[in-house]
Amino acid sequence: MSMQLEQSPTTEGDVVTNYTINFGPQHPAAHGVLRMVMELDGEVIERIDPHVGLLHRGTEKLIEYKTYLQALPYFDRLDYCSPLAMEHSYVLAIEKLLNLPVPPRAQYLRVLFAELTRICNHMLNLGSHVMDVGAMTPNLWLFEIREDCLNFFERASGARMHMAWYRPGGVHQDVPLKLLTDIADWLDTRLPRLFEDAMSLVVDNRIFKQRNVDIAVVSKEDALAWGFSGPMIRAAGIPWDLRKSQPYDVYDRMDFEIPVGTNSDCYDRFVVRVEEVRQSAKIMKQCLAEMPEGPIASSDRKVVPPMRGQMKSSMEALIHHFKLYTEGFHVPEGEVYVATESPKGEFGVYLVSDGSNRPYRCKIRPTAFSHLQAMDFMSKGHMLPDATAILGAIDVVFGECDR
Amino acid sequence: MPVLHSAPKFASNEGVIEALSAALGSMLVSAKEEHGEVVFTVARDQIENALRLLRDEHEYQQLMEMAGVDYPSRAERFEVVYMLLSVTKNHRVMVKVSAAENTPVPTVTTVWPVAGWLEREVFDMYGVIFAGNPDLRRILTDYGFEGHPQRKDFPLTGYVELRYSEEDKRVVYEPVKLAQDFRSFDFMSPWEGADYVLPGDEKADTPPVEEPKTTEKKGVSGAGEPTNSEAAKKVSPPAPATKDSGKPEKDAPAHTDSRPHEEDEDGDDGKGDKS
Repeated sequence: MSMQLEQSPTTEGDVVTNYTINFGPQHPAAHGVLRMVMELDGEVIERIDPHVGLLHRGTEKLIEYKTYLQALPYFDRLDYCSPLAMEHSYVLAIEKLLNLPVPPRAQYLRVLFAELTRICNHMLNLGSHVMDVGAMTPNLWLFEIREDCLNFFERASGARMHMAWYRPGGVHQDVPLKLLTDIADWLDTRLPRLFEDAMSLVVDNRIFKQRNVDIAVVSKEDALAWGFSGPMIRAAGIPWDLRKSQPYDVYDRMDFEIPVGTNSDCYDRFVVRVEEVRQSAKIMKQCLAEMPEGPIASSDRKVVPPMRGQMKSSMEALIHHFKLYTEGFHVPEGEVYVATESPKGEFGVYLVSDGSNRPYRCKIRPTAFSHLQAMDFMSKGHMLPDATAILGAIDVVFGECDR
Repeated sequence: MPVLHSAPKFASNEGVIEALSAALGSMLVSAKEEHGEVVFTVARDQIENALRLLRDEHEYQQLMEMAGVDYPSRAERFEVVYMLLSVTKNHRVMVKVSAAENTPVPTVTTVWPVAGWLEREVFDMYGVIFAGNPDLRRILTDYGFEGHPQRKDFPLTGYVELRYSEEDKRVVYEPVKLAQDFRSFDFMSPWEGADYVLPGDEKADTPPVEEPKTTEKKGVSGAGEPTNSEAAKKVSPPAPATKDSGKPEKDAPAHTDSRPHEEDEDGDDGKGDKS
């Protein structure tokens, strides 16, 4: 679609028209497979039509054909930058339907690792955001922290990225004490040093500010109407954080602040995330200080499989193990919508159970879906290079957006 | 039931159903609270008004999510579920409408712009039509995709697969061919309401016959005279042979004394070898 704009004195009567370009689907600043059909007037964006779904893998359909436990690893593969946050919503949804209590140590472990996931996710996002607007070094420094996080995940679960560590009723395995002390040391020394070093390069950087301040300003009303959540809505000045307002696991025992933006631009979104990293570290320290000893999963043997040792001596444990890993557990009929504060925003799971061992319907609420939809009105009137800054500040990952 | 789980706790549901049911009035079809979730079902053609009322009068500012669900056994097989969030009351409710393939649901893009893509997704996945949505294109599936994949009658494997064709130098679409059939295991316990017959179980409930077969006399049973009762006696295995066969066992130890007649036999064998 092109339209006649004006008679330009410099083109001697030739008509200047809008033109349409394809941004993506393979573009390093698109953070995955995003295709944006952009209508440009010169270098000014008139309209953006994001085409998503290029990474659609039918996760929700697949989940309907799996038992509740078999469906869990699919959640790691949604937002592959913050896998445990995805699992968190899902296991809480199952626990809500079952009304299953979770032992305190498991709740602390979940919160601890959810916050580690948040740091891990923000390292990637902050790094790639600054790289999208032209800086190289901070990204490399932040990846060092991310690597530390992934190593901690590996020591806890055996996998660096796709942990499948949260389970309905608790977590899969207990962590060694050495891991907890190592995390505590890391929080005291390495994380603040590396992170503050990297941020000192960016936060007050003149070029970075020029690229981000006053870009994609969203009013509070728009943020609510467009279904924003997470750092996007907090940058708009609304102190809304599900960890605080609708606490799950042991978040109600944690003492932390919610950073809120004032201008609701890309720079605010960035700074909100920077502060969230510090708050996450604070929560993790509290978790480590308060974490009790005890079981790491519910003792309800109709949901949680028995320990390996019990299986060697108890016939009943062996039967439970066999039944749980073939038939799986049955979830009472009903429907719940459970949303948690993932690093990117509200990540929700709408779970419909028909009383069988497989979910009847599992709708996943991705965070990026509504944010990306707002891409059109956020980018209107901005320059083409600003699109990458806006996209970077949205923090979009297509595994989750396209499902 | 006391709350034992640790899922997100929002504001109490107490009195919400009464208050909102009264507000929705004739638009409401049913309301329930289960598993800590408040669910309202409203009339399909009133959904826009109902949601506008909830947003403007009852502080449900955000539409966080829309989900379609397929219940093929129902007359109106689809359900569209709207998840509303109030950031001021810190509360969530779900609002539902039912729909069929040919009954359009009024769009709520007029209330929340975010509904645009959410409705596109429900349309793409289920084929529910949203009347008034200005941009009801497919969103997640491929360009030119046919069908609505989340419907329960859509196979998990789909109908087409694509590959890069080295001959044509482009991506080609072909009917899906599976090297192995999709394996759908039925894990329902046979004693907990499975609706199929286990192999062999069909014999268990044979229908009763009108004339039951009876055996009045010995002769009509079809069996002959009983055999000699002596023959049915158990016979112990035969005793080991007492007579020497004349030949030594294979791995018998060597004799301590010489036996000329055996040497003759060996000598015969030796001759046989030589000849």
